[in-house]
Amino acid sequence: MERIKHSLSTSSAFLVYLLIIMIAVFTAINPNFFSAENFLTILRSSSYSGIFAIGFLFVLLSGGLDVSFASIATIGQYVTGTILIQIPGMPWPIVVIVPLIVGVLLGSFNAFMIHKLNAPPLIITIAVQNILFGVLQFITKGHWLYNFPKWFNQFPLTLVVSTTNANGVKYGLSVLTVIWFAVALIAAFILNRTIYGRRLYAMGGNVEAARRAGINILKYRIFAYGFLGFCSGLAGLVHTMVTQTVAPNTLVGNEFYTIAAVVLGGASIFGGSGSVFGTVLGVIIMAVLTNALTIMRVPAYWHQAFLGAILIGSMAVTAANSRRAMKKG
Amino acid sequence: MENFITMRNICKNYIGVQALKDVDFSLRHGEIHCLVGGNGSGKSTLIKVLSGVVKPEPGAEIIIDGKVFSHLSVQDSIDQGIRVIYQDLALFPNLSIKENIAFFLYGETKSPIVDWKMVDQRARAAMEIIGLTINPDRKVGSLTIAEQQLVEITRSLVGELKLLILDEPTASLTRKEVNALFEAIYKLQERGISSMFVSHKMNEIFEIAEKVTVIRDGEIIGVYPPAELDDEKLVFLMTGKSFQTEPPEPIQGDPGNILETRALTKAGEFENVSISVKKGEIVGITGLLGAGRTELALSIFGMNHADSGEIFIDGKKQDISSNVVARKLGIAYVPEDRLSQGVILDQPIIENLTVTVFDKFVDKFGLMNMKKRRSEAGQMVDDLLMKISSLDAPMRTLSGGNQQKGVLAKWLATEPKILILDEPTVGIDVYAKNSVYELIKELAKEGMGIILISDEILEVLSNCHRVLVMQQGQIVYELTPGPDSADELLEKFNLA
Amino acid sequence: MTEKIRNWSKRNSDIAALPFILIAVIVIMTAATSGKFLSKGNLSALSSQLPELGLLSLAMMVVIITNGINLSIISSANLVSVLMAIFMTRTITAETSTGMIWLIVLAAILLGIIISIILGAINGGLIAYIGLPPMLATLGTMLLYEGITLTITKGFVISGMPDIFVEYSYAKILGVPLPLLTMILALIVVGIILERRPFGKYLYLIGSSETVTRFSAIDTKKTIVKAYVMSGILAGIAGMVMLSRFNSANARSGSSLQLLTILISVLGGTDPNGGFGKVLGLTMSLLILQFITSGLNLLGVTQFITLALWGILLIAVIAYRRFTEHKHSS
Repeated sequence: MERIKHSLSTSSAFLVYLLIIMIAVFTAINPNFFSAENFLTILRSSSYSGIFAIGFLFVLLSGGLDVSFASIATIGQYVTGTILIQIPGMPWPIVVIVPLIVGVLLGSFNAFMIHKLNAPPLIITIAVQNILFGVLQFITKGHWLYNFPKWFNQFPLTLVVSTTNANGVKYGLSVLTVIWFAVALIAAFILNRTIYGRRLYAMGGNVEAARRAGINILKYRIFAYGFLGFCSGLAGLVHTMVTQTVAPNTLVGNEFYTIAAVVLGGASIFGGSGSVFGTVLGVIIMAVLTNALTIMRVPAYWHQAFLGAILIGSMAVTAANSRRAMKKG
Repeated sequence: MENFITMRNICKNYIGVQALKDVDFSLRHGEIHCLVGGNGSGKSTLIKVLSGVVKPEPGAEIIIDGKVFSHLSVQDSIDQGIRVIYQDLALFPNLSIKENIAFFLYGETKSPIVDWKMVDQRARAAMEIIGLTINPDRKVGSLTIAEQQLVEITRSLVGELKLLILDEPTASLTRKEVNALFEAIYKLQERGISSMFVSHKMNEIFEIAEKVTVIRDGEIIGVYPPAELDDEKLVFLMTGKSFQTEPPEPIQGDPGNILETRALTKAGEFENVSISVKKGEIVGITGLLGAGRTELALSIFGMNHADSGEIFIDGKKQDISSNVVARKLGIAYVPEDRLSQGVILDQPIIENLTVTVFDKFVDKFGLMNMKKRRSEAGQMVDDLLMKISSLDAPMRTLSGGNQQKGVLAKWLATEPKILILDEPTVGIDVYAKNSVYELIKELAKEGMGIILISDEILEVLSNCHRVLVMQQGQIVYELTPGPDSADELLEKFNLA
Repeated sequence: MTEKIRNWSKRNSDIAALPFILIAVIVIMTAATSGKFLSKGNLSALSSQLPELGLLSLAMMVVIITNGINLSIISSANLVSVLMAIFMTRTITAETSTGMIWLIVLAAILLGIIISIILGAINGGLIAYIGLPPMLATLGTMLLYEGITLTITKGFVISGMPDIFVEYSYAKILGVPLPLLTMILALIVVGIILERRPFGKYLYLIGSSETVTRFSAIDTKKTIVKAYVMSGILAGIAGMVMLSRFNSANARSGSSLQLLTILISVLGGTDPNGGFGKVLGLTMSLLILQFITSGLNLLGVTQFITLALWGILLIAVIAYRRFTEHKHSS
């Protein structure tokens, strides 16, 4: 109890209150908003961005940055899609594992270059993003992939817990949401209870001190970026399951949605602090906001301006908070 | 007691410089040793060889507890129980005190799972040895520098510690904290743990050191019992020369105050500070680090606005809202931390020397006259006898002493009326120190008002007209240096 | 003379190789396209694409020098051009007299500059006064500016600029197209500011160490804001040039130029970690990359492969610099 109180006293508490206020306001404006079905839909549709966000949190914690994860995910999607279409009888574990391996490899490659070239991660990953996207567009010629095997259509519709609504339509907790939360739990365990997680935090707090403490910086960068690669592969897979199509530019160009969610979730933009719980909240707040804007029929053109304003606002609050904390010390 | 560490034939070459020449060094179990040397003497390189950061040239032999190494890796060094505490602390500000303290345990346990209970117990046990009574759950980033240093010392007690190496450990501690540190060192000694202090001056460390090794130009000059050493002899051993400081020339008549503060106060930093500096006067401010000296200096320099109180420059009341205003009023400040506040290492020397006076070279088209700038920068180099290869070379190519002269030069270029020097001789060798002292006295003679902030008592006593003692944010004592001043300060304030 | 060249290349080791690369690119491209590269049509196509890229790269370079980055240059340029387009199309009707149109166009340009200054000042303010890292601050404003543009245009293209405004992109003085002249003027002005104005020099010093520069009694916060304002103005001018050339404005034009502007800066010798970079280097790398793009275009290489190539080249340049820097220091 003491621990929960303690963790709530930090930035997460602010997010919980923000979420409650948002839900209250949106419900007052449009009562349709407040229903278990709507909330479960929000959770299902944000499961892939939730997985992206957890991966991105690892990189941010390590003191890094990556804008290439959406193109890594798209590469994974095309690999999965191609396997599904070309070899329909391929056992499902292979279909699942291959994009994850692709993600880990490409993520590790990012880490390796950032480390060896000692260049700003942003510049390296912008370059990588363009390389991957350019090659992808060239190879696929921009073609979409669809018509996947039956099991691939059916699996994402699985409901772990379900009930029926007034119209007799079944709804419930989607298996995709469960995958997202499972990744979140594992990530939280890694970060809080294993030496790898603690060292990642340490490295984000003071790289030089970490080096002197004998931490292999390259190894931990590969760990962070590789984990983001893994999450990207998985998020791509989940996204494919949701949309049942693979297109070159549905994920690319929306990286900033993920970055905004993680920063909103209280992760420090300077590395070394942030939590899985906060990140999950950040994703949910972003999803609730988008959903509410849609339900309230705010034109889609407005969404991005909102998003930008929220990102800047939340970063400004974080920066002001960290400066106040510094002054106190 | 047998030797814990024996080092033989340690050499290290950098481009054109031999940092270590055939160094032999040994240390016994439980020994308290002090390694003294000037800047660039090779003492830090020797420490880096021990901590595994620097690899010595082939042919070196390092024997630790009977195990023979040709060189150590960082992990080797940690595995052998060697811990180094550098002056720039290596803590994780975003983690709790207890996690910082127990951090090394992560590498030792077989399981990758963190045992938070054990972390807590081990951290508390280690904190008890040092006598550290802060809540172990607090984040290190919220602690004062002195507290952080204690955390770092505490941290080295966790795990298999055999040798603790401390780089200038007492520089930022109060006497009380120093005593606590010594207590801890004795406790370590009882357990057979050796300690090694690294320093560039004579200080408290000599109270407990059993042996003092002097190193100069990469060579060991000798190993002495501390009783055989005094300041003069040590300076001679460290430099091969003896120096004598002349006191500043007395001020003629009453030239009037160039600077005066009245009841300057900033919550939590300094309180009710009223000081004055005459034209041509050198006023020393001493006291322990954390007494509020730098904060006071910065408030006069416009970088730390006081909550209340008044500042008079040349008799006129001024509101110094920024250092741009301060510069216009003729105030110059040579910062405490040369490397992060004084010089831009990557940029050319000429930029570093002229940054404060770019506007001076602007012609009627609004553009800088580069020829004029080059010739003036050249003049500065000549005036301060700086040794440089070219004005276009990066600042990092200069020695510490020449870098510090560069900082002085860029401020003298603004033709200040008041010069504030915050620890101007830290980390520079004895030659450079002496030329800084000469320069200060020369400037005072020309009518500049100078504030010299230093925690080296002898430095302020031998170079100032007047010395103020600052404690916990207040000026508590004032004296005019005399033959008994050093003893007086030691007696009254425990300032060694 | 040779002595002088040798000294220059010693002092400018980062960009000394660029003139040779430039010549090599011209020779190779001319040979590969059997002369088409140097044809009049291609050269005039080149000179029409060059200005906006040059202006945007300058906008990127001035902030990279301060150890910053500006991801919002493209969205700033688009917002400026959209607002100008709306202003001109709304105020000019069929009955408006020529004199009045001139006045409106001038007012639109003034409006564009003012908006550029505001957009730049927002970036600079977030970075200098709020303390956000440049990449995240400008990432946010990139989204915001683009979002505002989308909201204003509802995703549509605004077209139908007045003739005299469109004519700017065709008109020539002494055979040099006006946009090209604009870019050359901008290169010279920015070059002089960086080399000879105290403000320009401060940018380099801030790029290497903001703290030391602040301790030297320089108002670094104001200087950083000014740098982003300068970046905003250059981006805004690029927006105007594009508006004139395409005779239309929309929210998403030119988004592929982002990477290219960073690449041009870095290839031109600007240190991605700040503190160093010259307009001369930028000019040469601008020409090199524009020539390669145009040559590959003539050879029928798809734009996506070109995009990937830019990414590879950027990493290769950083790797090369890193490698040679190692050789120097050890």
